[in-house]
Amino acid sequence: MYKYAFLLIVAALFTAPSAHALQAFACEPEWGSLLTELGGDTVQVDVGTSALQDVHVIEAKPSLIAKVRRADLVVCSGADLEVGWLPQLIKQAGNPKVASGPGYFLASDQITTLEKPSKLDRSEGDIHPQGNPHFQLDPYRVLAIAKALDARLAELDPPHAAQYRQRLADFTTRWTAAIGKWEAKAAPLKGRKVVVHHLSWVYLNTWLGLEQIGALEPKPGVPPTSAHLAGLVELAKNQHAFAILRAAYQDQKPGDWLSAQTGVPAVTLPFTVGGDAQAKDLFGLFDDTIDKLLAVAK
Amino acid sequence: MTRPLFAATALLCAVAVHAADAPDATPAQTAAALQALAARVQALEADSAKLRETAAQALAEADKARAELVAVKAQLVAAQQTTPAAAPAQPASAPSAADSVAARVAAVSAAPSDAADAKVAAVSAPAPSSTAAQVAAVSAPSEGGGGNAGGANGNAFNPAIAVILNGLYERHSLAPDRYVRAGFPLVDGFGTGPQGFSLGESEISFAANIDDKFYGQFTLSYDDDNGHVGTNIEEAYIDTLALPDGFSVRAGRFYSNIGYLNSHHTHTDNFVDRPLAYQAFLGDQYGDDGVQVRWVAPLDYFLEFGGEVFRGENFPTAGAQHSGSGAHTLFAHAGGDVGTENSWLAGVSMLQARTAGADDGFTGTEHLYLADATWKWAPNGNTKDGGLTLRSEYFLDRRNGFLSAVASALPGSGAIDLTEPMLDAPWTGERRGGYLEAVYRLNRTWDVGYRFDKLWASAGDPYATGFDPLRHSLELTWRNSEFSFFRLQLSRDEPYRGLTDNVLSLQYDVSLGAHGAHKF
Repeated sequence: MYKYAFLLIVAALFTAPSAHALQAFACEPEWGSLLTELGGDTVQVDVGTSALQDVHVIEAKPSLIAKVRRADLVVCSGADLEVGWLPQLIKQAGNPKVASGPGYFLASDQITTLEKPSKLDRSEGDIHPQGNPHFQLDPYRVLAIAKALDARLAELDPPHAAQYRQRLADFTTRWTAAIGKWEAKAAPLKGRKVVVHHLSWVYLNTWLGLEQIGALEPKPGVPPTSAHLAGLVELAKNQHAFAILRAAYQDQKPGDWLSAQTGVPAVTLPFTVGGDAQAKDLFGLFDDTIDKLLAVAK
Repeated sequence: MTRPLFAATALLCAVAVHAADAPDATPAQTAAALQALAARVQALEADSAKLRETAAQALAEADKARAELVAVKAQLVAAQQTTPAAAPAQPASAPSAADSVAARVAAVSAAPSDAADAKVAAVSAPAPSSTAAQVAAVSAPSEGGGGNAGGANGNAFNPAIAVILNGLYERHSLAPDRYVRAGFPLVDGFGTGPQGFSLGESEISFAANIDDKFYGQFTLSYDDDNGHVGTNIEEAYIDTLALPDGFSVRAGRFYSNIGYLNSHHTHTDNFVDRPLAYQAFLGDQYGDDGVQVRWVAPLDYFLEFGGEVFRGENFPTAGAQHSGSGAHTLFAHAGGDVGTENSWLAGVSMLQARTAGADDGFTGTEHLYLADATWKWAPNGNTKDGGLTLRSEYFLDRRNGFLSAVASALPGSGAIDLTEPMLDAPWTGERRGGYLEAVYRLNRTWDVGYRFDKLWASAGDPYATGFDPLRHSLELTWRNSEFSFFRLQLSRDEPYRGLTDNVLSLQYDVSLGAHGAHKF
């Protein structure tokens, strides 16, 4: 009997309404940052992963189940990026608010993706049928997602709808100005050639006009062969790549190895919010990414 | 539009020629024919007038469309003047930059918000300045691209299908038919593995949301353990999706949520075989037909409580006592993070059952208590790239009953002089078991692990000999991707006084189809 009484007290304590209108769970830091831009103090944000983690292979940890359990809104990249863990979190959390419907927001549903594979076969690696899910480095897509996310916040929390609209307008103004600044600054990078670690840079490359000539991990989720690496050394030298791009969470060794073989500098980019000290928010992420690229472009 | 007019004219001409080609007719006949022809000509003229009207309408429409096209082109030119390519040369003014951004945002949006924006986006695809990637972005609205994603495809709602293929080669120093475990009679197929090649356990599973309130899963497995050969329905259950406040209910045939490994499918294990305690107390894994209720507390850390009622047909239960609800369980699990690099999960559970004629011959009441604990450490929390997993489970089994049948799989051949237990001998007392395993992940490709197993028999047990079985296992796993691994395992098993089985196992385990989402 005491056990049940205790349970009831616990349940009463923790189901009491919180000061925040909306509790959100973001799978990745970039969406956490976007939620903060759009929601301010009205939205309490839990972020499931960090920039130093590989979001393809996160485990459905108990702490994440607890976060999804109390969420009113789940915001994730989608396009199967979180397929190995998000379904398990939702299944175990027993929270119908985010299992489907307006509480379940996938950024990939709001935009078009690149690199949709024409051939679905795992001999090509762990490919994503819905296209490349690393679109947070295209500022235009980020803005498209911001618009859709803002509408979703207003739908879930009508009393604050005007506030969300106002914050979106403010964000759009600042973001648009920043895009102009970034594009002007990054103009010298146009047409320059890069080698990448994982195939996670297509949106950045397309936006800035960088040309990807090769990848250390050409098939996602599958280790490269030595023949491939040897070919990559030749390619990087002959085609005069200016940088080897890798994300903060990725292993430094393969990039360092290729850099030593070719003399092409390896650049660790933040990839998402929190990837380094400068990438404190979405604006810092893009500022820092472009600065780091320019530093080696010379 | 001109074709009907032309046809009408040709018809008129033909009629005129036909009239001129009638020289031998009487005047009366000619007058009648001329009248008829005049009537036809009138009718045809009316037709052609109507057609001309239609043609004029169509032409007007075409003009309108052309004007619209010109307008859209003008918009496009305005937008292109502020594209990124031009931006560095002539710094764009704020309002036009905003227009350009709006156009590009519309181009990448799955559902364009504004018709004009959408037109600009649609038209800008073939523009010379845009890259191939931009074309792809613009020309692939969400529902069109997938091919099999939507549309009238009958397979669009097929459940996710996952196939697990598992193969095994084992080399035992002790012939499996001479294997015997002190205090723990071997129940069908849950002792030592077979000598040589075997299929292990291969399975196919189907899963999908049924509607907004239910999820269903069906798993069919092919078992080739000694004793058990053939297909069986491993799991077939429905889950609720829409119960409020952290509650969920599962019904059907499923694996109980007691302990840690019991609810996990064997293809996610760190070792080739299950710990001795799982083999001895649960027949590798306890699953049965029944109902489960779970509640997850709304806390900062993970806390779940739950209970199950099962039919009580599968080992360790038998005979579907209590009118077919012979087994009851209770479980509680808690878990969380310590910093960013450590995660833990721990639980206590119990299984209580009335059993009649279990595979090991037991009839009576059984209480099985389990405690489990898992600790994972990984640099930056990247568990797939390195780190250490520690896990331990402890079993305490209290029995109160008697031996109603001699276990079918009880060995006792040749080397061992087993005294056949007495039928109806009382079977009361306490048996215990446990394991401790440590798996170190070197990188995404390799891991290495060690496991220690032990069982403690009860002195009052009809099979007791005063010896406690134990085993040491070492494993090495190579993974090519998330979908395939190969494992080498060496075990030294001492199941009975004076008996040692040194085992070498080689295993492959692959998954085809739907990408699995595994539990912690």
